[in-house]
Formats: sequence, C-alpha cells, structure tokens
Amino acid sequence: MTTTTPATQSPAEPSHGRRLFGIWLILALAADLIIWFVWKPHLPPGDLSDSARHQQLDIAVLAVSAAPVIIFVLLYFTYAIVVWRARPGDDSDGEPIYGNTKVQASWIIGTTIIVLWLFVFGTVELVGPAGAGAGEGPSPVWKLAGATSATWTPGGKTMLEVQVIGQQWTWTFRYPQFGGMESTELMLPVNTPVTFHVTSLDVIHSFWAYQLGVKADANPQVDNVAYTTARALGGVTVRCSELCGIWHGAMFNYGHVVTQAAFQSWANGVQSKEKTDGVLAALPPFALAYDPTVVPQLGAALPKIDGITGAAGYYYPPGDPVTP
Amino acid sequence: MSVAARAASLLAAFVIVAGLGVFVALYYIGGASALPMVHYSASGGQVNVALQEDPQNNSASKPDWVSYYVQDPGNSQWVHTTLFSVPANTKVNVTIYGYDGCTPLRNNFFSQVQGTIGNTVTVSQFDQHGKEYVSDQTTSVINAWANCNVGHTFAIPGMNLYVPVASPNAQLSANNLCSSSPCTPSGNPYAKETFSFMSPAHGGVFRWQCLVPCGGGFLDGNGGPMQTLGYMMGEMDVVSS
Repeated sequence: MTTTTPATQSPAEPSHGRRLFGIWLILALAADLIIWFVWKPHLPPGDLSDSARHQQLDIAVLAVSAAPVIIFVLLYFTYAIVVWRARPGDDSDGEPIYGNTKVQASWIIGTTIIVLWLFVFGTVELVGPAGAGAGEGPSPVWKLAGATSATWTPGGKTMLEVQVIGQQWTWTFRYPQFGGMESTELMLPVNTPVTFHVTSLDVIHSFWAYQLGVKADANPQVDNVAYTTARALGGVTVRCSELCGIWHGAMFNYGHVVTQAAFQSWANGVQSKEKTDGVLAALPPFALAYDPTVVPQLGAALPKIDGITGAAGYYYPPGDPVTP
Repeated sequence: MSVAARAASLLAAFVIVAGLGVFVALYYIGGASALPMVHYSASGGQVNVALQEDPQNNSASKPDWVSYYVQDPGNSQWVHTTLFSVPANTKVNVTIYGYDGCTPLRNNFFSQVQGTIGNTVTVSQFDQHGKEYVSDQTTSVINAWANCNVGHTFAIPGMNLYVPVASPNAQLSANNLCSSSPCTPSGNPYAKETFSFMSPAHGGVFRWQCLVPCGGGFLDGNGGPMQTLGYMMGEMDVVSS
C-alpha cells in the first residue's frame, strides 16, 4: 500500500485515510443491509428444512463478511485511479514508499480476525445442525437429536428412517419403519427429524435433495448417513450430483414434505398396497447396504464370469443349462 | 517474427483448434442422429407401439449386445432402434415381445408394475414349439427373484412408468433362445406382454431404459448396451398436436 509522510504532504491535502474509511463504511453498511434483508430470503437452497435454513444463513453470513472486503479493494482501486493519477505534464516521480506499522498491523489483525471468524462460524455451522445436511459416513460424529424406534407415529419425537437407494438412473426410497416398503417418491413428514441412509446398487451416485439442503454420496455397499428436519410443506427435487453415466443429467425424482398425518396415511397406503401386491415380500430384508451381486432370497451370490455378473449372470442352480 | 506473422500464426492455430472441436461435435452428434426414429400415429385416440428385446442384434459392430427393436407400423418391419414417437395425451398400447432369457433385477422393487393403466400388465409365455404355457395372465408384479421370468424392464422414470418385461421361462424352453435378430415367434420361445399408459399432455422427450443389469461383459452388468442408445436405452418423443 502506498503511503505518504506528513513531511511530503501538502497542507491542502485532505486526509485520504479518513475519506476512504468514511466512503467504505457507508458502502459496506449499505451492501450488508441489502444482502441481509433483500438477498438472503431468496438465497438457495431456501428454507424448507433446518439444514437448508442453515445453508442459507451460511451463504448470507459469508456474503456479509466478504462484501466489506471486496468493497474496500474496489474502492481503494477506484480512489487511487481518480485521486492519485498522474496529471498532464507531471513527469515527476511518485512519493517514496516507507513502511507503515499501523497499516501492516491492521492488515495482519484484520485478516486474522476474518479467518478465525470463518473458522469458528464454519465449525459451529457444521456441528450445530448435525453435519449441515451432508453425508457423514456410516458412523456419524454429529448426530441429530431424536429417539430411534422400529415404528413411527405422528406427534412423537421418533426419527424417521429413510433409505435412499441410487441406481442407474433413478432413485428409490425405502422406509424400514413401514415394513421396508419402497417408493420412487420421497415423502417426508414436517417437523420430524429424518435420518437418511444413502447407498447405491451400482456405481457412485450422489443424493442431492436440493430444497432440503441435503447432499450425500451414494456408494455401493456403504451406508452414508445424513440428517435433516423439514420445517415447511413443499416440493422436493432429488437429483444426482455425481457423474454416473450417460443419463446422469436426467436422474431425478420428486418428493413432498407433508403433514405428519398425511405422511402416515400415505406410508400406510403404500405399505398396504405393496403387501397386497406381493412386492413387499419380494424385496430383500432391509439392510443398511446391499451387495449388488447377491440375491438374498436365494441365499447365494450370482454366478460370475471373471468377476463379472450381468446379462449372463443367471441364477439357476449349477446343473441348469446356461443362458446365452 | 513480424507482428503480422504472429497474428497469422495465432489465427491459424485458433482455426485448427476450433475446427477440430466442431469436427468432434459433429461426428458424435451426427452419429447419434443416424439412429432411425419410428413414428406412431394415433387412431381412434389410441396408438399401438410394438417392441421386442433380443439376446443379440443384427448390427455389425456390437452383434452380441442385448437389444430392443421397434416395429415400424407402416410395414411391420422391426427396426434396430430405440427411438420412437407418440402423440401427446393419447392412450399408448404397448406390446413387448421378450425373446431374451431372464436376469435378476438389481432392485427387485421394480418387479412391481407402476404407471400403467391399472398398474398391471398382461403376460403370455410360449415355448419354442409355439405352445402357450402362460396365457393372458394379468398381474401387478413379476417377481424377478422368485422365478426365472423377467428379462428386462421398460422404464420411463420421468413418467414414473416402470414395467418388468417377462422373459420366456428358460428352463421350460430348454434355453433354446432366439439366436438371430430380429427374432420371430416361429421356433423361438418368447413372452408377450401388453400394457397401456397415457402419454403426457404436453410434448417432450422422455428417456426410457432397462433397469436389469444386462450389459453382459461389463462390470456388474453396467455399461455397454445399458449405456447406449439403440440397445437397452432409448427416447420416446411425445409430439404435441
């Protein structure tokens, strides 16, 4: 930063530091107020769930923190061009530069405060909302408060368990507290802590429930746990955010956050239909992850050819003739 | 080197790189567009679509890949493609001839018929002698894990349409599956499956695919025909009137 000594500053020279600080203060304050009160309510991913609300807050806080810094840089840049530019006919050298302890100390202290603030805020925002809606792996460090139970009923504090299963190129959602029934639609009750168990049946996918602020990788044979609590009624779009094949871009499902009573009615209805149709009995026993080369009902792995299963991976007993 | 020479060199390099990019794009786009589209027209507010899935295909490059075929309604010929169009807001009656053997679904949930009218399909199965051993059985589930009955699926996830496609029972048919595509009922065991659904009210392109890991020779059945238009994945163009 260029500074001038009082000895070389003409008596009519204004205090550039004060002037810059005054302009910066007004602009920074205005920008932060606009960010907080005008922009924040529209920031992604919205406020459908606790995790989404925290992410919205995070983005707003980061923007509020960054705006004064950006404004200072741009302001100083503009001020220098306008005020300290070379005048026509002025071929003299610029003022000599000396060290300035105040400026250097302010710079170090200021940047340290900003970095520490971001560190503390980021940590609090990761721990507080139980992983901030991100996948925490099979053994979550930050767990969401809520009782676990084999069943779920409205009005209680019981967590809803939802298994998210990815496969090329669609999602299904399994509800172990409702007999292990499965759906292509992600339905959730409002004001209920939810545990997602995210896994895959083939390649690596990534479960991204955008409006819920939940994103967790879906790895085959891995149970990736993520939490959220929906706080409002509304629609949910589930996308894959991991390049997973030619139709990765079209891999999306839909869902809804509904009242607790409506959810129970829906879940009971699906469970009943799948039980009647026989598909519930046809599903494998609920597990936190599945081996794609195993058909549990048959109790054995599919035959493999050089480690590969697939079209020719029939599952007849060995004595049966082989299909092409 | 003079400024003019430098500028000319830069321009030439830009043209070469840009031209290469355009060539690659046109090559792939051109390749994709070479796949024929079969158009179905409505009659009496309905349209009849016929597909078949074979253990192999008659292409020169990938003859051992399992593949769908689409029947041209004009001449009843089977076309090696997976692109077809139907009118919007129309009842689509689909007939699928399953000539391929069975493979278990990765997720047996898709044994359940979803999104068809009545959420059911009607299945008949024939052996290689033409004997019908399952006749017009209407069902909402074809359990791919309990019996050797599911060859592939016909799924349009964007419409929440998931249909397990029956295969001929390979044990009853002594695995004497069709070996020359496009397959015909004569001398080959097959399953015939029918179902109906309503096409969307508005036009658009809807991808459809198989959910059975049927890419033989690829890791866990993924890849190959599973990932290639013209084989086990396709597009249904819904055309607004």
